[in-house]
Amino acid sequence: MADPEAPRKAWMGLMARAPEGRVSALLDRASPRPAFTWLRAPEVGSAMVRGRAGGTGAPFNLGEMTVTRCALTLDSGETGHAYVQGRRKADAEAAALVDALMQTDAADDLRRKVLDPLEAEAKARTSARAAKAAATKVDFFTMVRGDD
Amino acid sequence: MYVAVKGGERAINNAHAWLAEERRGDPSVAELSVAQIREQLSLAVNRVMAEGSLYDPDLAALAIKQARGDLIEAIFLVRAYRTTLPRFGASRPVDTAAMACDRRISATFKDLPGGQVLGPTFDYTHRLLDFKLAAEGEAPNAPERDTTAEPVPHVTGFLNREGLIEQAPQDDTTPPDLTREPLELPADRALRLQALTRADEGFTLSMAYSTQRGYARNHAFVGELRIGTVPVEMEIPELGFAIEIGEMVLTECETVNQFKGSKTEPPQFTRGYGLVFGQTERKAISMALVDRALRWEELGEDNVGAPAQDAEFVLYHSDNIQATGFLEHIKLPHYVDFQSELELVRKLRREVEASDRREAAE
Repeated sequence: MADPEAPRKAWMGLMARAPEGRVSALLDRASPRPAFTWLRAPEVGSAMVRGRAGGTGAPFNLGEMTVTRCALTLDSGETGHAYVQGRRKADAEAAALVDALMQTDAADDLRRKVLDPLEAEAKARTSARAAKAAATKVDFFTMVRGDD
Repeated sequence: MYVAVKGGERAINNAHAWLAEERRGDPSVAELSVAQIREQLSLAVNRVMAEGSLYDPDLAALAIKQARGDLIEAIFLVRAYRTTLPRFGASRPVDTAAMACDRRISATFKDLPGGQVLGPTFDYTHRLLDFKLAAEGEAPNAPERDTTAEPVPHVTGFLNREGLIEQAPQDDTTPPDLTREPLELPADRALRLQALTRADEGFTLSMAYSTQRGYARNHAFVGELRIGTVPVEMEIPELGFAIEIGEMVLTECETVNQFKGSKTEPPQFTRGYGLVFGQTERKAISMALVDRALRWEELGEDNVGAPAQDAEFVLYHSDNIQATGFLEHIKLPHYVDFQSELELVRKLRREVEASDRREAAE
C-alpha cells in the first residue's frame, strides 16, 4: 500500500537539505507570505546521528548535527512544520510556510514554483558529483604478456 | 589546590586584544572568510566536525578561523558550543549501503559490482609541492562521465554469501551515549565505536599503526573504503512519521581480518569497522583497525598485552579535548600547590643534611 504521507515526507526532506536561503527565495517569488501564528518559534538544536557497527549491525552514536525546527498555523487553519539542517531560522520559517501552504489550494502552484525547482537543483547537484565520480572509475585491462 | 586570587585583569584583556591582532595577521593581506575556509580547507573542517562530534561545516570553519588554525582548539570550541544545543532526538541509523559514493575502493576484490571509484584522492599524487597554487589561477574543472544507475553493495556482503565472514546481524537496541553518561568500563562495542569516531586522529592512527607493527597484529585488509553522501532520517513525534532532516558526507571503512578461529568461532574472516563524519579516510581506516583489536575478548582471542587491546588505555586517552584540558591545566597557577612542595623539599633537604653532619661527626 502506498504511504499516504509519502509526498509530505518528500517535500519536507527536500526543504531540509536545500541550500541556505533557497526556500525563502523561491517562496517569495511564488506568492506573498500568508499571515500565521507560531506554534513553536524557530529554535536551533541538534540531532544525534546513528550508524550501525559493520554497516548492518547494532546501532551506535556517531555524533550530532545541527538542526533548526519550527511550527506555525496559518490564519486559514493549516499547520506547517519544518526541520531543516543547520542553523537557519529564516529557512525553517519558509519551509514551515511551504509545508502549510501545500495543504491548501495553493499546493499545485507551490509545487511548480518551489518544490519542482528545488528537486531539479538537488538532482543536478547529485548527478554532477556522480558524473565526476564515474570519471574516476578504474577500467582494468590486462597487459599482453610477451612470449618471445 | 586552587585558591582564588585577584589581579591580572588588565593583562588578560590586553592579551586577548593582542591575540585578536595576531589572529588577523598582516592587515595588508586579505582577510580569510569563513566560507573560504569551509570550501578550501574542507579536510580541516571535516576533522573538526568529526572530533568536535558536531556536523556543521560553517561552525567548524568559524572555529578554525577563531582558533588561528589550531585544530584541537577549534574542536574544543565546537564541543563547547555543542553542549549549549537542546537535542531534538536521535536519527535512524544511517544506511551506508545507499550512500551516493564519491569514492569507493576495495583492496580485496579487483572486479566488484559498482567498480573501483577513486574519487578526489591524494593517493596517486607525487607529493611534490605545486607552485602553481601559489599563484591565482582559473578554477579547475573535473571531467565527467555518463553514469549508469548501478548499485554499490558492501563488499562484506559477497563474503557473507559464502559464510566466510563473521555476520553483523541487525539489532535495534538503543546504544549507550557517552555524551550523556560518563564512559565506564567494560564498554560495549557501540560505546567504543562512539568514542573512536570522535577520537583524536593522531592517537587513533598511532594505535592502529602499532597493531600493524605487531602489537596485537590482526592482519587487516581494507575490504572496502567508501566516501559519500547519505541522507539522515529522524522520527518526528509531532508528525508521527520520519522525515529526512538533512544529509552528510561520511567515510566508512570495513576491514576484513584473518582469523584462525577460536574455542567458540570457526576459521573465518572477522571485521573491523570505521565510520567518521566527512572525508576523513586516514581516521576511518585507523578506527577500523583499533575497533578490531579491541574485539579480542568477544572473538575469544588471547590478550597479548598490546596497548591497542587495552580498552581502558585506548578509550581513556583517545579524546583530545579531555587530554588537552588536563595537560594544559598544569600551566595555570599552582602557586599554593608548589609552595607546599617547596616546603617539603626544603624540609627533606634539611633532614638529609642534618643526618650527613651526624654521620661526619661520628
